[in-house]
Amino acid sequence: MAAVRTKGEMLRHRLSIISLLVILALFLAPIFWITATAFKPRNLATTVPPTVFFQPEFSPFVKLMTKRSQLRSAPTAEVYNAAPWWEQTVFDGGEKVVRSGKGEVQLSGFPSRFLNSLIIAITSTVLAVGMGTITAYGFSRFKVAGEDDWLFFILSTRMLPPVVVAIPMFLMYRVVGLNDTHLGLIILYTAFNLSFSVWLMKGFIDEIPKEYEDAALVDGYTRMQAFFRIVLPEAATGIAATAVFCFITAWNEYAFALIMTNKRAQTAPPFIPSQVGSGLPDWTVIAAGTFLFLVPVAIFTFLLRNHLLRGMSFGAIRK
Amino acid sequence: MAHIELKGVSKSFAGVPAIRDIDLDIADGEFFVLLGETGAGKTTTLRMIAGLEKPTTGRVWIDGQDVTDWGAAARDVALVLQQYSLYPRYTVRQNLEFPLRSPIRPIAEAEIATRIAKVAATLRIEHLLDRKTDRLSGGEMQRVSIGRAIVRTPKVFLMDEPLSALDAKLREALRGELKSLQMDLGETFLFVTHDQVEAMSMGDRVGVLNKGALVQVGSPQEIYGNPVNTFVARAVGTPAMNLLTGVWAGGRAELGAMVFDHPGGQGAAGRGLVFGVRPEDLVLGGDGVEAVVTDIENHGVEKIISLSAGGQALRATVPVTVKFLRGDTVPVGWQAARVVVFDAKSGQSLRHGG
Ligand SMILES: Nc1ncnc2c1ncn2[C@@H]1O[C@H](COP(=O)(O)OP(=O)(O)OP(=O)(O)O)[C@@H](O)[C@H]1O
Ligand SMILES: [Mg+2]
Repeated sequence: MAAVRTKGEMLRHRLSIISLLVILALFLAPIFWITATAFKPRNLATTVPPTVFFQPEFSPFVKLMTKRSQLRSAPTAEVYNAAPWWEQTVFDGGEKVVRSGKGEVQLSGFPSRFLNSLIIAITSTVLAVGMGTITAYGFSRFKVAGEDDWLFFILSTRMLPPVVVAIPMFLMYRVVGLNDTHLGLIILYTAFNLSFSVWLMKGFIDEIPKEYEDAALVDGYTRMQAFFRIVLPEAATGIAATAVFCFITAWNEYAFALIMTNKRAQTAPPFIPSQVGSGLPDWTVIAAGTFLFLVPVAIFTFLLRNHLLRGMSFGAIRK
Repeated sequence: MAHIELKGVSKSFAGVPAIRDIDLDIADGEFFVLLGETGAGKTTTLRMIAGLEKPTTGRVWIDGQDVTDWGAAARDVALVLQQYSLYPRYTVRQNLEFPLRSPIRPIAEAEIATRIAKVAATLRIEHLLDRKTDRLSGGEMQRVSIGRAIVRTPKVFLMDEPLSALDAKLREALRGELKSLQMDLGETFLFVTHDQVEAMSMGDRVGVLNKGALVQVGSPQEIYGNPVNTFVARAVGTPAMNLLTGVWAGGRAELGAMVFDHPGGQGAAGRGLVFGVRPEDLVLGGDGVEAVVTDIENHGVEKIISLSAGGQALRATVPVTVKFLRGDTVPVGWQAARVVVFDAKSGQSLRHGG
């Protein structure tokens, strides 16, 4: 980078940094809000003006993970002393709730919903990206009769808003018994992401010179070996980018999850807002759920960030 | 070591012919060069021999076996591609190892190391072995590409314009290296190029491709001195062969206003002809047709003299010691025995039945 800048350039440089900061603040504000609320005691969650400085607590997460019932008065000293440390943080907040069940810890609905989300999003991402990569490879490398029509058909599955097909899908699923099953949502999300995955991956694979495989074939490798040894590593960037897109789509999906599942296979997105409706909403618990919901996407994106930066530019800065 | 045979090979892409009925026989241990302009079908021919493309009709034989229906892996040929033959993710060493680790021809680890060391020494790329290939210069990449081919002991070596991306000097150096490498190995090389200098200087034999058809096959001397038609005559030699239209009558070639002695033109009488004469076969001085010097190019060892005679342009090469000035008038003659006569209509040389 040139160290010498004219005055005008300096000014422009400062301006762009300031505007970046403003944009960042705008985008990060909701995330900050949710994170802050997730660690607040209940009585600070809804103060006006909002409390910015406070002693962070784990009690919202404890309430989120365990089943509790409402008491008329604060828990007795006996109950308080018998409770483990993590539970005492809830009582310390002055709440009149007690653990359901006779002594043993009962998990709330959240952990299983979260696990469902992970299972369904990861499985459907692996399937969509895997099948998409193979399909894209076929379209990219071989003569396929009616190639353009097929590709358009694949894309067209994304043209209808999902809500339009939700009711027919629901009826069909009910007939075949896929309602409220993991498999049902996995199939849906895979199908939904597949078109996207095929198109993205075709772009990435088209960029990989055919000559790489030709050289491998001549050197005594089969096409399959050439695919795994040469094409896949070259396509890693594209695969990572596609996987992040597919994962986020499946992870965040709300409408189908709401209609197709209610208990066994329900994912986190329909579950979290459903908690608003039960009694007086405890915003700290909802914020804690939302906060946990953000974590996997953040981790996943962070792990793949190097690939993503190159992948998002769609090959423009490869080589 | 093996010999390659193409028998009546044609190839069309979606109905458009790219290769037309080629018959070719490349002997064991021969350095064969296929010369053709861009789009002539050079790469397609190589790919068919390598097994990456299937001929539409015709058979490919390697080492006495019909391999037309074999896959590329089974044919045991080495191919240096025009471009992209190195994997950017791999180091030079890994690139060189790749062909040796093929599952169908397993090789012991110790042997792999020995071979790579030997090839690296031959091509003088030892200092590059641990570098990623996207950090190499064009010349280094070409060496590694060639190395990737010669680490193996394939039946034949196929090279698709391996020197085309290089600057003139490096090209000349590598040209010599490749030729001596082939002589050391004693293997069959099929080398493809659009550069006539490469073809003439490297090939034991040269085949000239024109629009997918093999026009002439022969030693560089034959191709140069006795081109089968005007296409080949134009394709080789710098400056190009002078091609002068005219007729033959009574032991003389009449080229518009110019008339040269040309005995022995049997079968040439009474039809339109093109007389082909190499620049070095024109004789300046003595007696002959009067010509005006229009331009002089000095090329160090020789001069190229552009002349105008009777409305036709001629180019002649003379030793640098011969002095001319622009505008001089000089008599021009030719060495009649070296003149190649073509039929004006078909372009075919009369010596080759035109
Ligand atoms: N896969 C293909 N599909 C359609 N046409 C092709 C294909 N490969 C080659 N051709 C056509 O066949 C002809 C010969 O091509 P080829 O690549 O063999 O030429 P070349 O002599 O190697 O040229 P260059 O010197 O530019 O490399 C060209 O007209 C080309 O357009
Ligand atoms: Mg080519």
